[in-house]
Amino acid sequence: MIAQQLLNGLIVGGVYALFALGFTLVFGIQKILNLAHGAIFTVGAFVSWYVVSLGLPLLLGILASIVVCGLLSMLVEFVCFSRLRKTGDEEFGAIISSIGAGLVIMTVVQRLSNTRVLRFPFETFPVRIYEFAGLRITLLQLFMVGCAALLVLALYILIYRTSFGRRIRAVTDNERASTLVAINPNATYRQVYFISGALAGVAGVLVGLAFSSIHFAMGEPYLLFAFVIVILGGLGSILGATIAALLFGMMQTLTIAFLPSGLTNTIIFLALFLILMVRPNGLFGKEAAGALRGRR
Amino acid sequence: MLLEVRDLAVNYSGIQAVRGVSLDIAEGEMVALIGANGAGKSSLINALSGVVRAASGTVTFEGAEIQRMSPWSISARGLIQVPEGRLVFSALSVEENLLLGATAAKGRKAQFGLAEVYDLFPILKERRNQLAGSLSGGQQQMLAIGRGLMSGPRLLLLDEPSLGLAPVIVSQVFRALMELRAQGLTTLLVEQNANLALSVSDRAYMMEQGRIVHQGPSRQMAEDPDIIALYMGQTA
Ligand SMILES: Nc1ncnc2c1ncn2[C@@H]1O[C@H](COP(=O)(O)OP(=O)(O)OP(=O)(O)O)[C@@H](O)[C@H]1O
Ligand SMILES: [Mg+2]
Repeated sequence: MIAQQLLNGLIVGGVYALFALGFTLVFGIQKILNLAHGAIFTVGAFVSWYVVSLGLPLLLGILASIVVCGLLSMLVEFVCFSRLRKTGDEEFGAIISSIGAGLVIMTVVQRLSNTRVLRFPFETFPVRIYEFAGLRITLLQLFMVGCAALLVLALYILIYRTSFGRRIRAVTDNERASTLVAINPNATYRQVYFISGALAGVAGVLVGLAFSSIHFAMGEPYLLFAFVIVILGGLGSILGATIAALLFGMMQTLTIAFLPSGLTNTIIFLALFLILMVRPNGLFGKEAAGALRGRR
Repeated sequence: MLLEVRDLAVNYSGIQAVRGVSLDIAEGEMVALIGANGAGKSSLINALSGVVRAASGTVTFEGAEIQRMSPWSISARGLIQVPEGRLVFSALSVEENLLLGATAAKGRKAQFGLAEVYDLFPILKERRNQLAGSLSGGQQQMLAIGRGLMSGPRLLLLDEPSLGLAPVIVSQVFRALMELRAQGLTTLLVEQNANLALSVSDRAYMMEQGRIVHQGPSRQMAEDPDIIALYMGQTA
């Protein structure tokens, strides 16, 4: 029973990782908390739902969510942050303007969906259950794990093993020096926002598939989870956020399974406070947190 | 002329750091720019690189006016600055720093690849997997120069490469500069250590309070009583 819950927790944790990584990526490079990230996630779920409801395949829906959410995230950067950054006082202002952007996006989605709660048609994903070593896993869960693992791995390779990732890390480390090696930081920021939004979009689709409850405010709790995960993992740390997301997923499913309902969030935040008292920089302390953000 | 600067001015809210500077650099020259603290040397260099906007005047590089261009398009053209205070990417490895230099080389064939830079500064090869931020000051300076060389410079702007370095390291860095000069690299060398700068360069400009107050062949400048007087204190 515990093993089964841990497995379920790992699966949702993978989805949380996708969502939280996009959030921490932007924070890592610009020190900006993009509070519209939850609304972008919501749009991801709706776009795929729409594509599927037109009778098109799910994979096409996911692709559409990636493109739409990536572009939407770039738009948020353009409208909310790009001008603000030039004032050099963006950290607070960005919180307000991205809350605003999130509200606008949510309202548009609410209008377009008439505040309905939607679900993917039953036949979108074949229902198949596998058993091994006493554990049950559905085909959908396998798909979620596969998507999450693939995207997280791709993100790692992109950031740490390609020249594109090297440029992102250079801008993160020292924006001014990066301009001297012919890097346009503004272009780099746009690319990072695209990746961030695309990851949120995929997470939205997976959550929509798993919990069959697509509605305009579905992103809100996830934004809160992302905060916990990102702080737990060490702000700006990619590795930290990945591991923290998996831990968070497992913690969540365990508390849901074994504790009275309604206590889940309380327990999770208590655990967060305890961890932060012992490790104020998050589980992955300074080392991991400095991996993307340069320590100057 | 590779670079022609005409009546260039740089202002910072109220402060006129550069006031109508004109200078020329021909292909293959090593030109020194000397002057006291606050004379405006870094401001001039930053205006050439596009890091600060010139208030007026023109900068013509290989026939194109560049004074309105962004620093990234200027460096992409091969006008490469090795900034004051090193500015290496401290959370990236030594080798990654050098490879980032190469991103600025774009289509130009760079005379300097990793192998050539490692030949010039063997210590960098030893430390290539270490984070740049953990290098000593002198090593970071070598890394900054190495990164600049990897960018395939048509013109290299060096801002105080000797700043804060031990004499042994300074002579090491300057030996490297002499080697580059022999290879025909065009360089604008900013230095406070006038003796050093005049001893390696072909021509020199001297700045004072945002203006060029002396210019000429370096050997002649080194004998100019005014300049000697100015640098009496530091004839090391
Ligand atoms: N970002 C800035 N904002 C305001 N004033 C500045 C700025 N940068 C430089 N200045 C001022 O411009 C003047 C010229 O500075 P600059 O750095 O160009 O001198 P420098 O010749 O490079 O000096 P040093 O040899 O100490 O490096 C100085 O008075 C300085 O205080
Ligand atoms: Mg200076």
